[in-house]
Amino acid sequence: MTETATARIEMRGVSKIFPGVRALDHVDLRLEAGEVHALMGENGAGKSTLIKVLTGAVRRDEGEIQLDGKVVEIGTPGEARALGIGTVYQEVNLIPTMSVTKNLTLTRQPRKFGMVNWREAREVAKARLKRLNINIDVERPLGSYSVAIQQLVAIARALDDDTRALVLDEPTASLDANETAMLFNIIRDLKARGLAIVFITHFIDQVYQISDRVSVLRNGRLVGTGKIADTPPLKLISMMIGRELEKTALRLVGNAKTSDAPVVLEAEGLGKRVTMQPFNLKLRAGEAVGLSGLLGSGRTEVAKLIFGALKPDTGRLELGGAPMHGSSPGASVRAGIAFCPEDRKAEGVVGELTVRENIVLALQSKRGWLNRLSRSEQERLAAEMIKALGIATPDAEKPVGQLSGGNQQKVILARSLVAGPRVLILDEPTRGIDVGAHAEIVTLIRKLCGQGLALLVASSELDELVAVSDRVAVLRDRQMIGEISGADITRDNIVHMIAGAKS
Amino acid sequence: MSQAQTTSTRSSSLGATLGAIGRHRVVWPLAALALLFIVDFIISPSFFNIRIVEGRLFGSLIDIPYRAAPTALVALGMAVVIGTKGIDLSVGSIVAIGGAVITWRIHAGDPHLLILFIALAVGLLCGLWNGFLVAALDIQPIIATLILMVSGRGIGLMINLLYGGTDPSFTSPLLQGLSTGHIGYIPTRLLVFVFIFALLWTLLRRTALGLFLESVGGNTAAAYLTGINARMVIFSAYVISGLMASSAGVILTADTHTSDPISVALNIELDAILAVVIGGASLGGGRIYLGMTILGALVIQSLTTTILTSGMPPEYNLVVKAVVVVVVLLLQSSNFRSLTLSILARRKR
Amino acid sequence: MHLVKLLSGAAVGAALLVAGSPAMAVTIGFSQVGDEGDWRPAWSKDMQEEAKKEGIDLKYADAQGKEEEQIKAVRAFIAQKVDAIIIAPVVVTGWDAVLDEAKKAGIPVFLADRDVDVKDKSLFVTRISADFNLEGRLAGAWTAQATKGQANVVEEQGTVGAAPAIERKKGFEAVTANFPDIKIVKTQSGDFTTDGGKKVMEAFIKSTDNLKGINVSFAHNDNMQLGAIQAMKEAGLKPGHDVLMVSVDYVPAMKEALAAGDANASVELRSAIGKYIYPVVLQYLKDKKELPKWVKIPSDLHTAATPLD
Repeated sequence: MTETATARIEMRGVSKIFPGVRALDHVDLRLEAGEVHALMGENGAGKSTLIKVLTGAVRRDEGEIQLDGKVVEIGTPGEARALGIGTVYQEVNLIPTMSVTKNLTLTRQPRKFGMVNWREAREVAKARLKRLNINIDVERPLGSYSVAIQQLVAIARALDDDTRALVLDEPTASLDANETAMLFNIIRDLKARGLAIVFITHFIDQVYQISDRVSVLRNGRLVGTGKIADTPPLKLISMMIGRELEKTALRLVGNAKTSDAPVVLEAEGLGKRVTMQPFNLKLRAGEAVGLSGLLGSGRTEVAKLIFGALKPDTGRLELGGAPMHGSSPGASVRAGIAFCPEDRKAEGVVGELTVRENIVLALQSKRGWLNRLSRSEQERLAAEMIKALGIATPDAEKPVGQLSGGNQQKVILARSLVAGPRVLILDEPTRGIDVGAHAEIVTLIRKLCGQGLALLVASSELDELVAVSDRVAVLRDRQMIGEISGADITRDNIVHMIAGAKS
Repeated sequence: MSQAQTTSTRSSSLGATLGAIGRHRVVWPLAALALLFIVDFIISPSFFNIRIVEGRLFGSLIDIPYRAAPTALVALGMAVVIGTKGIDLSVGSIVAIGGAVITWRIHAGDPHLLILFIALAVGLLCGLWNGFLVAALDIQPIIATLILMVSGRGIGLMINLLYGGTDPSFTSPLLQGLSTGHIGYIPTRLLVFVFIFALLWTLLRRTALGLFLESVGGNTAAAYLTGINARMVIFSAYVISGLMASSAGVILTADTHTSDPISVALNIELDAILAVVIGGASLGGGRIYLGMTILGALVIQSLTTTILTSGMPPEYNLVVKAVVVVVVLLLQSSNFRSLTLSILARRKR
Repeated sequence: MHLVKLLSGAAVGAALLVAGSPAMAVTIGFSQVGDEGDWRPAWSKDMQEEAKKEGIDLKYADAQGKEEEQIKAVRAFIAQKVDAIIIAPVVVTGWDAVLDEAKKAGIPVFLADRDVDVKDKSLFVTRISADFNLEGRLAGAWTAQATKGQANVVEEQGTVGAAPAIERKKGFEAVTANFPDIKIVKTQSGDFTTDGGKKVMEAFIKSTDNLKGINVSFAHNDNMQLGAIQAMKEAGLKPGHDVLMVSVDYVPAMKEALAAGDANASVELRSAIGKYIYPVVLQYLKDKKELPKWVKIPSDLHTAATPLD
């Protein structure tokens, strides 16, 4: 990184107002050539808007942007590309059913006599991937590759010979550790080539692994920019949430009484061919059980088998001592099991419906269609939940799709809680959520357990599991390989069990 | 200086208010309706005259809701189906089959009240068939309902053959009364429409069915994971659409008191879809606007009535209709509005 | 192996039998559009009955309104080596290839009802059909006579662009143009349907202040006129008295309307036209004498049973 007089990109006094919200308030951001610049902030802090201004997806209301010392106008994503600013958005904007070649040459296909020259297109695609040292069959549909490869293809598409800056919006959100390491190698390589790289993430560890400098946004304003070496995590986090971090990350000692508490849910030999080997699992009232394992180890599958979203073909399930008949989400919800899915966009919120409607959905489904909750009852429940979970929304009638990711997650949680479940299953409850909301949700989970709710939490974040769980069930390769409980629940012990079983 | 500032803030807040009004979905269809009425008034000042003829209200302004009623019934069913991210192309065929069955049973001498229920049962059956294909067999709605759309009118012709089919006209005081009769000064079909609308509204908004339909349309997987039986909900949407189409079929068949499966309610599915879209719903599903759909149907019928009244050569009918519809849809698109505004702003500069 | 030989022998025998039969009777292939409406099924039935009378072996094929079905049927007729083919075309264009095949096979083709658009007019012998233009002229002449040349007319047109609609309008106007006091005040398309005719008449009633000054309603077919009659009755008008009603087709329901005095005249579109078509075909097969490209079937105008006032 070299601090020179002219930055690669300099944004000065950028403001953006959406109806009712000042999304950006005179934000300055300076990106140097050859640096990885982390952009941090809670959900709704303005990260996405700032990036969209830079990449032409949103028009700014005030301020100016300089590229290598020259003032530039960036009105559309196409103009941004032409200026050498590449972007990879959080939601991969590629077409899974099309071949890798088509995805990589979608915007400009090499032509010959007015027709697309597919042979040349293939070469172009290969060359683009070569830049990232990826060697895959470019004729296969993109969707047949792992998310990590898809992410790399997206980066390859954003890169040109003359790319001067690259924006990566949560590129590691769905990658496992190995894939993340591979991506970081590529980022380091690009940095060495002199690109200015903006890196947005929620993973604090990753910021320290890869970034040179960090800028923090809060409520649309720039809180500060600094070298990562001069910004310890505690300082970074307090910059983000604007208050001292509560000590939630520490292990809260489990309630010793839970071991005598009645068993609420018991799975015996529950399994599904190919998907998940039969497993046994007990949940007691007031107990939080973690599900830990690497990506693809069967965490989500266990959760869905218990909930009935996947139909088990062996084993049985008892709830409160009575066997469950038939397994479907409907039956589970009526019996008092609630499930918060991992992918909130695809399986969680109904974006068109309002916050209120989303919150009452599960309770309404439990009551049946004839027994409608009155409007005033719905409003009361929504208001209660908005307050209890601190959902940031102007009112309960806003379509939930317009809220930030963390708030959507809270709405899903609210929906499950309103239904008054005995067992709550959370699949990745804090994925894509900022630190502040993360702490709130962890606290909430503990509180719920205190009220006698049995919790099953599937998570890829070990610290989170350590913080919330009374017991942790460890999974590997679609098999439950063991349990850790009480004081033995530590990061090291879990990692050891996952790794130890491997050898 | 300060005065100028105040003016500018005031004008910008006025602009914001106007913008907010422009964004409300009821505004543009209403504006289209008003514009059509202004055009009507210019071509024919007597357009707004309402008199009593043969004991009922009479005039172009009555003709519009009178003629829009069957389309609006079909459109309401369509709105429900579209709300679930589906589509029902078979509504015209359901009208045709209903008409043929009514005529057949009248020739067979059944009591007419029974025939009314038979006609509705036929719509129910068609809806069950569509619902079975879409919800149980997972066939894409456009394909599933295409099956009945293509075959339905042929089925109608076959039913006509059951009684010879040479003279498919009939008289039925009950059914004709529901369609072309009047109670007091008010055409009965408008009362029938209000009654059915009230039933549908109650079914959707006084139970949780509306919420379930919308959540399934907005995000099927999410709705399923909250315990909603998504298949049953989708199934119910097609049954509702079938019933609404057959009720429109009773009105349309009794209107001309004849069974004409080939041409009755031709292209009604397109008008119904258009009414739903003009009413502000997205074909992507997730929202059902019942009142707005009626407004959409009124806009389409006003347009037809305007064309018929205008004395324009019939060769232009479809073109004019297309142009007006495109304009209404463009005005509804917020992208188009902001584009126009930015072009205007640039020009000012 | 033996079985195959046996089978193929049987097939040859069967083919000989089929080929042998037409030596006694004339075989004619008739490709009909389909069976929509009332008129066409009646015509198809008449064609079959008339063929029996004439001793013709008629091969009837229903195209179900589909162009490709019809071409398939014509090709089948050619393969069966019929003596002549009668086609009631589904569409106007796309006939060159298949008609050429018929010509090369030496089978004469006759058109019934609608026309086709082919470059080489020798591809078919003649078209035998009613004259839509004449129907329009008859309606126009009746109007002129019944109103003594003083008429304000509302017209319900057929489907925009359809040949009967265009020709009936032209024919009507060709006659009424001779009378300076006959004017078409309003004209709109009712799409040949009862429903369409009713809607159009409802609008006419409103836009002309209850048909003030209007004394004739001319509809391009009976269905639209029947719809118009309903609309007028619902508006308290007396069709057949306040306004003279003239249309084309003479369907059963129109006969009733004429008898009831709700309508005044209808030009018959004959469905029993086999007796006009077969003689032309049979004569040509006998003498191969060139015919004009259009043989017209005469039209009749029927008036109300009740006397006019």
